[in-house]
Order: sequence, then C-alpha cells, then structure tokens
Amino acid sequence: MSTTPELAILNPVEEVLRKDRIPTIWCPGCGIGTTVNSFAYALMGTGIDLKKTAIVSGIGCSGRVSGYMALDSFHTTHGRAIPFATGLKLANPELNVIVYSGDGDLTSIGGNHLVHAARRNMDLLVVCVNNMIYAMTGGQAAATTPGNSMSTTTPYGSFEPEICLPQLVDACGAVFVARWTAFHVKQLERTMAKALKKKGFRFIEVVTPCPTLYQRRNNMGDGLAAMMDYKNSQQDQERRPHLRSGHGARRRYHRR
Amino acid sequence: MPKGSVAITAERCKGCGFCVEFCPTHVLELSSAFNAKGYHPPHMITAEKCSGCNLCGMYCPDFAIFGYKFPDLKGGKVGPA
Amino acid sequence: MTHADPRCVLTGTHFINGDAACCEGALAAGARFAAGYPITPSTEVVERFASRAPTVGGIFIQMEDELAASIALQGMVWAGQKSFTVTSGPGYSLMMEHIGLAAMTETPCVFVNVQRGGPSTGLPTLPAQGDMMQARFGSHGDYSTISLVPSTPQECFDLTVTAFNLAEQFRVPVMFMMDECVGHMTEKVVIPEASEIELYPRRRASKPPGEFLLFEPGPDLVPEMAHAGEGYNVYVTGLTHDNRGYPLMNPKMQRELITRQFEKISRAADQLTIVESEGVEGADVVIVAYGITARVSRRAIQMARDKGLKVGLLRLICVWPFPEKLIRELAPKVKALVMPELNMGQVVIELERCAGGKCKVISVPHPGGTVHKPADILEAIERGAQ
Repeated sequence: MSTTPELAILNPVEEVLRKDRIPTIWCPGCGIGTTVNSFAYALMGTGIDLKKTAIVSGIGCSGRVSGYMALDSFHTTHGRAIPFATGLKLANPELNVIVYSGDGDLTSIGGNHLVHAARRNMDLLVVCVNNMIYAMTGGQAAATTPGNSMSTTTPYGSFEPEICLPQLVDACGAVFVARWTAFHVKQLERTMAKALKKKGFRFIEVVTPCPTLYQRRNNMGDGLAAMMDYKNSQQDQERRPHLRSGHGARRRYHRR
Repeated sequence: MPKGSVAITAERCKGCGFCVEFCPTHVLELSSAFNAKGYHPPHMITAEKCSGCNLCGMYCPDFAIFGYKFPDLKGGKVGPA
Repeated sequence: MTHADPRCVLTGTHFINGDAACCEGALAAGARFAAGYPITPSTEVVERFASRAPTVGGIFIQMEDELAASIALQGMVWAGQKSFTVTSGPGYSLMMEHIGLAAMTETPCVFVNVQRGGPSTGLPTLPAQGDMMQARFGSHGDYSTISLVPSTPQECFDLTVTAFNLAEQFRVPVMFMMDECVGHMTEKVVIPEASEIELYPRRRASKPPGEFLLFEPGPDLVPEMAHAGEGYNVYVTGLTHDNRGYPLMNPKMQRELITRQFEKISRAADQLTIVESEGVEGADVVIVAYGITARVSRRAIQMARDKGLKVGLLRLICVWPFPEKLIRELAPKVKALVMPELNMGQVVIELERCAGGKCKVISVPHPGGTVHKPADILEAIERGAQ
C-alpha cells in the first residue's frame, strides 16, 4: 500500500500546478478538478512553451482554475475573461492564451463576449466547464440549467430551456467546437491537445457534476452518480443512436 | 506480479470515489480510516492487479492519487502511463 | 525617465481638435494599443487611433461593448504594453467595473472620458462635466485614482502624456476627463520633438522569477510589474490578495492592501497638486474651475476686474486627488471661492469641505448642454465680494 505522504515520484500533473494552492476550494465529487487533469496532461503532452502560456478565468468555481495552474494566471471579473484574453493575445501574439471558466460566466454574463470572440475568430482556446448552475453563489439557475430543474431561484422548477453552447459557438464561426463530459478524461485530453495545437477560436464544453448545488436539489445523487450517468448514457446512445435528441449535453458534438 | 502501483496523498483526498469506481481492474476501495479532513481516502485491495494505467490519476479532482508503471526489465521506463 | 519614440510623435504645429490631440498624446506617450467602442463625442479619438496605430506597429480593436473594451485594454497592459480606452458618459458607466479591477490589480492604464450631458443617454453631442464624482467614486469599493482635466486641445495632448506617466508611476488607472467642448474644439496644437517628451517607464521586475513577488510594495508603496510570457507565472486577481497575488480574504489583508493603495496616492499629494493660478495673490474672490468652465470663467473675471473687483482664477488640472492643502491655505485669505461647474454641484462639495467654513463657497451649477454665461459667474463673483 502506498499511502506515504512523501512520495519518491510526484504526481505528474503537479508540474503545471501551483502546489502551494492545493487543496482546491472545490466540493467532494465536483468534476472541475477532473477536467484540470485532462488539461494538465494535454499541456504537457503537446510540449507547448509553458512560459508563453497564459490562462484567464472569470468568476465562479471554474473561475478558480487559473489560480491553480502554474502559468501566467489571470482571475478577472465576472464574464469578462474572453475580452481580457483578447487584449493579452493582441498585445503579445507569442502567448498561447487559454480561457478556462464556467458556464454562467462565459455564456450568461459573458455571452456577448463569447459570441464576438468566435465571430472575430480570436486566437483563443476557450474551455467552458458546464456544471449547469451558478455554484459559487449557492445554486441559482443559469442559462445552462436544464428546463424544469430546481434551483434556489427557481423553487418551482425553471421555466426556461437551456442554451446549447456548441451550436451557438458553431453558428458564430468558431473553427473548433467540442463537447465532452468529466467522465471522458482521455477523450477530453486528446481533444484539448488537438485544440491547443490549432489556431483560431477553439471552444470545448465539458459537462461536469455539481453534487452540492445542482444535483442535490434535483435528487440526482452525488458526483459519482453523475459520472456514472455520463458513462451509461453514452453507452445507451451508442447502442440506440435515436435517443440522442434528449438533453444532448452528454454527447460529443462535432469537431472539424 | 503487478505491472504498476498507485501513490496516494491521503490528506488531499475528499472521498468522491471516482478512482474506486473507474479503476479498470478494481484495485481500489475507500478505506474505513479518516484523513485529517474527515474523508475516507482510498487504499489498494488487490495491488497485484494494478497496471499503473493512471486512470485514477486522470479522474481524481483533487490530485490526490496517481498511477505509475514499474520499471520494465525489458527496458521500459518508470512513470505514469 | 525615457523619451518618446520619434516614429510616433507628430512633431510640428497642427490645427486639430481636442480628440485628435488626445490621440496624438497617447501615441507620444507610448501607447500602441487601445480597445474601444464608438460613442459620441469621443469617437474621433479612436477613429484617429485606428488609422494611426498600424503605422507605428500598434493595434486598435473595436470591442463588442465598453465592458469588453475596458478589460481588453488591461489584457494589453499585462502583456507588457501601454494601453488606453476612450468613451463618454453611458460607456463610462459600463467601464466602472473594470476601473475597480484596474485599481485592485494596480494596472497602469488611462481611461479617457469625453463628457457629455446626462444622466442616461442625455445629450450625446453637447458638453457637461457631470461625471466628476463618478471618476472618483464610480466603481464599487474603496480605491484612489488620479483624474486630470484639460481645458484646451493643447492640454489634451500634453496632459494625455502626463496621464500615462502618472499611471506608470503610481500603477493606477488614470481618468482623463475631457468634455465635448474641449474634445470638439479645433485650435493650434504644438507637438514638441520626441526628445523633449519625457516618459515614465514601466516599473519592471528587478528580481528573477522565484524571488520576485508581484505585489510587494517598493519604497514608494508601488509594486514592480512582471508581465505574462516573461516566465514569472504571475497571478493577478481582483480578489483581495497578498504580496504574491494569491487570494487572501481576511480583514487584516484587506486593511493592508487597501490602505497601501490609498497611501501610495496620498503620499504624493504635493506632486499631484497640479493647478494653474492667475491673480490669486491678494484676490478677494477666487474662481476655482476646471476644464472648459475655466475658460468661460476668464471672461467673467475680466468683466469683474473692469468693475474694480479683485478676482483670481485657480484652475484645477488634477481634480482627483483634490488639492486639499492648497485650498485649506487659500480659504482664510479670501472672502469667497466661486466654483462654476457643468453639473449640479459635484466638486464644489469637496471644495466646501476643504474651505472648512473659513470663507464663503459659492457654487454656480449648470445642468450642461452648453457652457455658463459669463454673466452668471460674474453675479456669483459680486455676491462673493460683498
């Protein structure tokens, strides 16, 4: 059994993490950290110059990702990670600029910036961690909260349908659009690696569990239950493709 | 003879169980012991089955576990898959 | 101090408006990058910059709104460039969030506001000075910034350079508070040789990565700056942060950070007392004015002097921080301080506070749309002289 705290070899992802910032603020069963693993391996695997790589986040649980990465980290205002990243990239084109933020941040308050960065094909990689709720503020309905879901601001169920991000970003002209879940760690790593090597506006949505603030109010179990759901629904869809019209968030969208 | 093993930093663990569930060879189990924060970190129950594939490390949201392969006598390298 | 890059300085005598002069000032000050969003009456600045910037290796980007423009420029600054944005009332309101971010993250940059009548859409093409309190207190939370107010196109050039220099020296967002009259007024503007334009260089990190702390205050309480891509792994956050830049949210850190950010400005009160005074010695009444209103006041002063009144003019060039010491010294020596403003009485509140009851303080408010009638200011002078 290897439970000794002093390990002979370090966790490889620590190479790109700010070790003095761990433990993270994320809840048990939260999937944001899992997406960070895929991102870390993608960064290391592609061999891009980490000194020339900046990560920009907005506000929210996923907005804290930038602060855990041992890169040039910018934790900006709510919704404005993309325009900050736009300025960073324009003024120093040598930088690889990655925006890593949440669904509420990028698509509600920052929706206009997402639309226009895609339209102008700004050379950014945007990773949108979609936990379907405003989690940092205590579980309020977001633009990505599925219809009929319970949240603190929709105590009778949300009346509004959710937004489909890949279709939105695709319509705005993004050159690379992908969607995975936190269950698909290897696929996500490969997609991130591919996106890191590509130029232009690249968008990856990752659906993640939020056990504390989304699933608990909707009787959806813990983080592991959500991960199992992602796994099983993918297998369902592979067996019965006609079921793909459902929520859609759990299927891979498309890449080009 | 196991091909690899896992390293666990118990104090980082939040007991989500992702590593236990998604280990392809079912090597792990949440232990009954607590860490300082009151979570049950995983431990190996069938160490001989571990392939060192590091899927547990990919899933762990808290960077508390990772897998690594044992040195291959035929000239392989140490480190995660 | 360094000198301006001759390639970017349009040395010579020009007949241009204040907006154009502001753009040339920014270029002379070393700004190669700007983000903006069109809004009357400020648009001429970015139009000119959009045409001039590519000729000197710069970029202007028109963003989707002022929120985006005001943070994109901060991205440009953290990438190692000098940058600014230009707007007017409604856009300035949208930019408030990021003026707070710039103050919190100590990002040196310049926000130009060509003021127009408000509130709301108000008078898009007509002047006002109604954003003066917003320039000081508009963003949420406590912060201290610098606001400069030009009153001629020539000053639009000169003071834009000063605004960038102060931004670099103190690492604060500097508010450049023009108004529609000054912005659209065409006059002679003399742009000096590049070698005569002094620039305050970026305070770059003097220690190598590993030893350098991003928000460690220097002797003048201003930290040095490392940019993205320089290997420092900077961590910049709008949260209350420690010297490393890491979030540390407790009352002790808040006190340390915010008091330092105030003190770096308040310590330099003497340097930041930038005024022009004329006939203030021995005057019974002193007009305290800024921007276009100071020019209108000159006519009123002439009319009052013709009537034998002893009147002086104290023109505030740097309105924030307010020249408190100067006013405290001046108030006991005069009968009255008269403050005409193109607003319903904003900076006069600060004037009244600093005068401390030692003399009369007479406000000459004006809701904007045009400038004061000299006769209105004269009437206030006569009341003050009694």
